[in-house]
Amino acid sequence: MSQDSNPKNSIDLAAARAKLAGEGGRRFWQSLEELSDTKEYRNFLENEFPANSEKDADGINRRDVLKLMAASAAMAGLSACTKLPTEKIVPYVRPPEQIIPGRPLFYATSTQQGGVATGVLVESHMGRPTKIEGNPEHPGSLGGTDVFTQASILHLYDPDRSQTVVFEGRVSTWSDFVAAMGNARIRLSPKGAGLRFLTRTVTSPTFGSQMRGLLAQFPEAKWHQYEPCSQDSAREGARLAFGRPVNTTYHFDQADVIVSLDADFLSRGPGHVRYAREFASRRDLSAGPASKLNRFYAAESMPTGTGASSDHRLPLRSTDIDDLARQLAAAVGVAVPPSANASAKIPAAWVSAVARDLAAHRGSSLVIAGEQQPAFVHALAHAINAALGNVGKTVVYTESIEANPVNQLESLRDLVNDLNAGRVEILVIIDGNPVYDAPADFNFADALQNAKLRVHSGLYKDETAELCHWHAPAAHFLESWSDARAFDGTVGIVQPLIAPLYDGHTAHEVLAAFSGDSGKSGHDLVRGYWQSQRPEKDKAFETLWETSLHDGLIAGTALPAIAVALHADFVSLGRQQTASGDASALEVVFRPDPSIGDGEYANNGWLQELPKPVTRITWDNAAMISPGTAQHLSLTTGDYVSLKLVDRSMHAGVFIVPGHADNCVTLHLGYGRSRAGNVGTGPGFNAYLLRNSASPSVAHGLQIEKTGEKYYFASTQQQYTIDVEGHPAEEESQAAFSRDLVRIATLDEFRKDPAFAKKTEEEETKDLTIYPGFKYEGYSWGMSIDLNRCIGCNACVVACQSENNIAVVGKDQVMRGRAMHWIRIDTYFRGNLENPEMYYEPLPCMQCENAPCEYVCPVGATTHSPEGLNDMTYNRCVGTRYCSNNCPYKVRRFNFFLYSDYKTPSLYGMRNPNVTVRSRGVMEKCTYCVQRINAARIRSEEENRTIRDGEIITACQSACPAEAIVFGNINDPNSRVSKLKAQTRDYSLLDDLNTRPRTTYLARVRNPNPEIRD
Amino acid sequence: MSQIFHRSTNLVSRVSIYGAVLIIGALGYALYAIAMSPWYTDQNVKRQQPVPFSHRHHAGELGIDCRYCHTSVEKSSFAGVPPTQTCMTCHSQIWTNASMLEPVRASYRDDTSIPWIRVNALPDFVYFDHSIHISKGIGCTTCHGQIAEMALTERAGTLYMSWCLNCHRQPEKFVRDKSEVFNPFYEPPSGAKQLELGRKLVKEYKIQSYQHCSTCHR
Repeated sequence: MSQDSNPKNSIDLAAARAKLAGEGGRRFWQSLEELSDTKEYRNFLENEFPANSEKDADGINRRDVLKLMAASAAMAGLSACTKLPTEKIVPYVRPPEQIIPGRPLFYATSTQQGGVATGVLVESHMGRPTKIEGNPEHPGSLGGTDVFTQASILHLYDPDRSQTVVFEGRVSTWSDFVAAMGNARIRLSPKGAGLRFLTRTVTSPTFGSQMRGLLAQFPEAKWHQYEPCSQDSAREGARLAFGRPVNTTYHFDQADVIVSLDADFLSRGPGHVRYAREFASRRDLSAGPASKLNRFYAAESMPTGTGASSDHRLPLRSTDIDDLARQLAAAVGVAVPPSANASAKIPAAWVSAVARDLAAHRGSSLVIAGEQQPAFVHALAHAINAALGNVGKTVVYTESIEANPVNQLESLRDLVNDLNAGRVEILVIIDGNPVYDAPADFNFADALQNAKLRVHSGLYKDETAELCHWHAPAAHFLESWSDARAFDGTVGIVQPLIAPLYDGHTAHEVLAAFSGDSGKSGHDLVRGYWQSQRPEKDKAFETLWETSLHDGLIAGTALPAIAVALHADFVSLGRQQTASGDASALEVVFRPDPSIGDGEYANNGWLQELPKPVTRITWDNAAMISPGTAQHLSLTTGDYVSLKLVDRSMHAGVFIVPGHADNCVTLHLGYGRSRAGNVGTGPGFNAYLLRNSASPSVAHGLQIEKTGEKYYFASTQQQYTIDVEGHPAEEESQAAFSRDLVRIATLDEFRKDPAFAKKTEEEETKDLTIYPGFKYEGYSWGMSIDLNRCIGCNACVVACQSENNIAVVGKDQVMRGRAMHWIRIDTYFRGNLENPEMYYEPLPCMQCENAPCEYVCPVGATTHSPEGLNDMTYNRCVGTRYCSNNCPYKVRRFNFFLYSDYKTPSLYGMRNPNVTVRSRGVMEKCTYCVQRINAARIRSEEENRTIRDGEIITACQSACPAEAIVFGNINDPNSRVSKLKAQTRDYSLLDDLNTRPRTTYLARVRNPNPEIRD
Repeated sequence: MSQIFHRSTNLVSRVSIYGAVLIIGALGYALYAIAMSPWYTDQNVKRQQPVPFSHRHHAGELGIDCRYCHTSVEKSSFAGVPPTQTCMTCHSQIWTNASMLEPVRASYRDDTSIPWIRVNALPDFVYFDHSIHISKGIGCTTCHGQIAEMALTERAGTLYMSWCLNCHRQPEKFVRDKSEVFNPFYEPPSGAKQLELGRKLVKEYKIQSYQHCSTCHR
């Protein structure tokens, strides 16, 4: 990739600061490059699709392309004359129950992250699961989902999944595996000394009971659990505060004031999907000026989606959060000594204002600590919540939802010690990859070799599988019988949608091979467990089981709230635990990647290509630093540096993130895999190389050295920027400001002027056309996106990709501006570089009534439907790209190459049969999920009625955990979407162009504390 | 100065000019003829099937209702091709030894599907829905032709977009009473009477004349 095709060596921080100072802080901006406004950046902007005009990756020049095109145009005419191939219809021999060919069925099941269940409904077409939706009845979902849940369907069909049992590198069979495990078991001492199991976090009651049975059989066997980004500190924090690892659940819908101590609770951790919905419900302004908003303060080192949704964000090194927590605690009356490492970055006025706000909302406030924070901060959060009387109201404690809550880092340390001491005969690793993700000082790969028999079960033949004697493919959750608890303890039944594609087996079956139950299927094990647990017998149990499968959860299994008493001396206990070091040295924070987690999802192309919140980076992680630190260390985005922590080092590219805390580097885990599969092997840098067990989340003393080389990121932040009409590129940076793409107000301003988002000139231009307008009788579809609810979580982007068969293009193509997402989330900053406000704006097709794209298509491939959709007809499209050129919103995507995978058979099953898989050379864009509209229309007309409001739910709307997107008929004044559009906050983008978009926005209203001036 | 071209050249040029027009026209016609020919459209071409199933016998002579086999035609986009089990409901009792039916019995015995050759196929970018057409009074024979007279099934129309639009533009010419939808012997009233009936039914069944692209393409 040549340098001139990338704008990333064009940051001039001094120029950026000067520009912002001149604007008085009211200006919106999208990137540092834009603010720096260097010559390179202007050149970059000139081309809508950067770096594709003159030369291409393969060294083909434009003339060659034209020659080839002339030849292929001649051939293309002929290719249209091929006869349709003869097809076969292969019906069932005996038809299965319930299946009507052509109509999907939905089944309830549960997906797990970190062991915690989220209920889902899975769409199945003739036995093929194709799309995952949230289960509205499941407390962990309430109908919403997140990116991982949406993308897990791609995992199921991933051709790189492990497909056979392997013994010492040779293909084997499951029955051989079971026999070998049986033999190994016999050779063990009667008490099972030397038998070890290593799993990830387990909440499954069935698995827990199986394991307890096995440990009773072999009292000297041990069960270890390890998850690289675990809830250890939350668990230990609870142990510190209450003496036992209770589970904390929150009621964000009851909280008027929320303080986050480095917690990314909207995008990660138990219950985050539900929390997003609860949080968003308190950002609702449908009652107009009388609405009550919550107020959210966030202190964090790295800007997260959660922080961007806050009213006040305090960029603070993760180390300094401890000081902030102490100050807050002291201010609300918890006796806690001040921090030994007092931070100068915490404004006293900020703390006192937050503390006053908290104190004014006793019982309706909430303080939450993040998983990177040490146990003591968690304990302080508990103490603050207790002091504020929030317990039982916004904060509710239950018994742990885990089958066996342990300190996972210590659990793994035990295992490593035993391995090194030669005390491990058989090590069974179920669904984990410690060779890749264990702390570097454990040298897990070496330690592992000391086990005499190493067994691995997982979805992939990963780094760990490579070093094991036996590897057995695991079943994907859509192929499994299992169960798992939600954040509140509710048990969800995991039921299979499809028989295992590759002879995969569940963790239950692997355990059964050891406990002597090897004949039992996963179904029998799970059902058998619940039959033994429930008071219902025979028929009553049958009914309960059927109901639970249908609903996706066993009713009434949520854990009851418990009363816990705060340890009086937790402060003194905690002091011993707070590790010290040179806290003033450069800090490094290890966080799970927002797109691929701890590496578990590395081989998922949808997630790899997903622009991460705030940075919009795809296919990479980076050493993220603040603009201040960049200047201090003379670094800039794209510098390839070597990072050294104590005696370990790694390389990474530097990325400057506005709003990042100074003197701090954030490294996202999960990248730099060596055996992830075709997609996941390679991209990014392995941050686990630096991570050690003494400080797995936050460490100090990082040394950065420039290598002199450059690294190029594929960030979509500067792509598809909407420019100032008719003006040269240098004024582009002003577009968001002068064209009012993002309209905002504070709650006070909104109350004074509820119609702040309306512009008078809009009304004037509405009728400025010489053409008669379209008439929309019957339905006319529209969408409303509430920017006050949107948390920028990306769930809509992946849901759209899944629903509409959108292709993955790869890093190189993303750098060329060819990512295919039909909905993108534009991110805008406002204010200074150190602590800008952040605004999200999801952008699907606007479905304009006066659509600029329609006028310019020479072949009528994009046309206007009587219901107001801008139809896109792929089979007519000849790929002139005029429409894309004429689209002011830049929502059209072109298949420059054959991006869709036509070759991999396993992916055929994943595709939505109701949406065309697009080929090379055609334009595509958001259709408002026209396949869903048509299906609903057909059903309604067959039933001789009109389509009900809410009957059509687009994929993005359905996935949104925050209910920010609402779709419906705007001809019906009583529809939800009409009511939203009638709100005073409603506005459309670029309305001065008189395009009359059907997608409109509800302006963002912040609720800042008047006592704080950021 | 003598003329460069001989007089006869006039004739050559005339012939070539008219000839070019004629040839281009003929070529155009030939292409059209090919595009409309049964060789290209598969219209009226009998397909050899693994079992020589006769609609004339089953639907015509025996009068078995279409929906006995095509069970999902009223509920789904896909009319449904019967599973072997449906064949065996009768053929486990009658013609149990017929050699013609051996593939059916083999299918049932070995649990392997019968690979029928598709007669009416649309390109993959076209999304057709049977159920809505049925519920709006479009009879089976309107598209599938005189199925009750087909020994081996054949495609009755070209299945071109123009063929679809022919009805979408003027549904009154084709619509029939809902009670007649599954009648394979239905004879539409002639000319003006059909139009009269059609207009009445279009109103009664609220038939929409959808012609926008996303009706079928998405």
